[in-house]
Amino acid sequence: MDNQLRKELDCFAAEIRLEALKEFMTLGFGHIGGSMSVVELLAVLYGKVMNIDPKNPKWADRDFLVCSKGHAGPAVYATLALKGYFPMDMLKTLNANGTHLPSHCDMNQTVGVDMTTGSLGQGVSTAMGIATGNKIDKRDNYTYLVVGDGELNEGQCWEGFMYAAHQKLDHLICFIDDNKKQLDGYTADINNPQCFVQKMSSFGFHAQKCDGADVGAIYEAIENAKQVKGKPSAIVLDTIKGQGVKFVEDTMANHSIKFGKAEMEAAEKAVVELETKIAALKA
Amino acid sequence: MAHQFKLAKLEKDSQEMRMAYSNTVLELMDEYENVVALDADLMSCIGIGCVAKVHPERMINCGIQEANMMGVAAGLSSVGKVPYVHTFAPFASRRAFDQVFLAIGYSKQNVRIVGSDPGVTAAYNGGTHMPFEDCGLMRLVPEMTVIDPCDCAQMKNIVRQTATLKGNFYIRMLRKNPMKVYEEGSTFEIGKAVQLRDGKDVTIIAQSTLLVPEALKAADALAEKGITARVLDMFTLKPIDKDAIIAAANETGAIVTAENHNVINGLASAVSEVIVENCPVPMGKVGVMDRFGQVGDQNFLQKEYELTAERIIDECLKTIKRKA
Repeated sequence: MDNQLRKELDCFAAEIRLEALKEFMTLGFGHIGGSMSVVELLAVLYGKVMNIDPKNPKWADRDFLVCSKGHAGPAVYATLALKGYFPMDMLKTLNANGTHLPSHCDMNQTVGVDMTTGSLGQGVSTAMGIATGNKIDKRDNYTYLVVGDGELNEGQCWEGFMYAAHQKLDHLICFIDDNKKQLDGYTADINNPQCFVQKMSSFGFHAQKCDGADVGAIYEAIENAKQVKGKPSAIVLDTIKGQGVKFVEDTMANHSIKFGKAEMEAAEKAVVELETKIAALKA
Repeated sequence: MAHQFKLAKLEKDSQEMRMAYSNTVLELMDEYENVVALDADLMSCIGIGCVAKVHPERMINCGIQEANMMGVAAGLSSVGKVPYVHTFAPFASRRAFDQVFLAIGYSKQNVRIVGSDPGVTAAYNGGTHMPFEDCGLMRLVPEMTVIDPCDCAQMKNIVRQTATLKGNFYIRMLRKNPMKVYEEGSTFEIGKAVQLRDGKDVTIIAQSTLLVPEALKAADALAEKGITARVLDMFTLKPIDKDAIIAAANETGAIVTAENHNVINGLASAVSEVIVENCPVPMGKVGVMDRFGQVGDQNFLQKEYELTAERIIDECLKTIKRKA
């Protein structure tokens, strides 16, 4: 990846992170840990990889994103707003009564959201349906699926993976956000998933692992995955829950955080840091 | 679009309902590019090999994974396909309920779910496979249309209509040969009851391949006793035909429901909700009295769970006595 592109994507990631953080600060609580860990991925997908048209969100030939870990909605919303799917102001309405930005992604509420998710595991199957439908129609577009490491406790995911390999869905790329934590603690302590790369390979996927905080590494992994024919791809993202926001990273129980006085002060500091970073990257 | 039907002689149909379904799906696939079919390793049980032969790319056998299949159907629907999804009724409903509720219902997709061998027709597959609650579960999914066709002619017409309708449907279906109620080519308005007999003493509101024929036999037997019974085929459980129920209550003064399903949250519940709100009259119910299923042949099970014309007759006589 050339330096210019890396700079652009790093900047986009910082903007997504900043806007998502502000959403949580406005609301006062929310699923910040799992939102932050997919920020670099969203920056690469929406900043470079995905073939989309924010003015025509239902364009049939677009690439699709199914964020099966639906509680990362706030990060998805920040990304969509920055891409111009809806006004930035709307980000202030996260979880407000009657909002179009619910805590979990909803295709019937938010322009640009391709699938309703939130009940973990189900997005895997619906992504398979999208990829199958596009394959039947001989479209060349990609379906990008984001699942959480904790989400993979759900058996339905593995039904879906078995199906994807059997159906040879080579235009499906599944990202596993391996941030090593789920609601109650470390995934290794709750239902140890062992090695995702081995698991996905044995399920018939082309599987890779990469640094999920490095936009260049993510981009390269996607480029690699697109070379693979006849089988679906999995990219295991080595991430940190709360990624890129130090005080969240340092909080053990960071699946959902309530913003008290201390958290708000730390968040305000993080806002300044992100703004400084963005200014530097844009200079 | 009122019903246009002719009543057939009440005798066993020479065609199986599964072939009525599968051949209709095949016709629809020929006519509509966006129709797809999914199954969960029960393709040979439903006879849908005819589709797999002609349109292999649109017949997806997901294997034994009902939860994933419902999600795949939802995804297909979201890119413009009209999926017909089949598995045995208990697996289509209670096993994959959250997937049906969220991926299909809540997401406002456009999926047709077909559950086969409802109620006691699961026969030798026994209690594990015997759904007395599938309609009740599906009725609880907002905006879901729930249909229990009583014969092949009705099944074909309804499946054909759903190719171009919007929304989610649950259709339950006997696999084998049902009794003929309607002549081939009859057409039906979804959401409207079909009046099969008129009468003034009581109305039998019946549903399914088993109980509609039993209701007709019961009405004939009652007529011999000088009692006339209106018979309604309430093939659409949801949205239920309120007008037909209110008219029946007002004009005959007593109602008996008959269904191959738990009386809880099936037809008896749906009808009583309308009656209590609009036109309180004595009501009796014939159906599975909140029990689990068991293995057996269909005749045995029909008697064991009292899903018979004799039971309908008794219930009619009792209910008529309760009239003011």
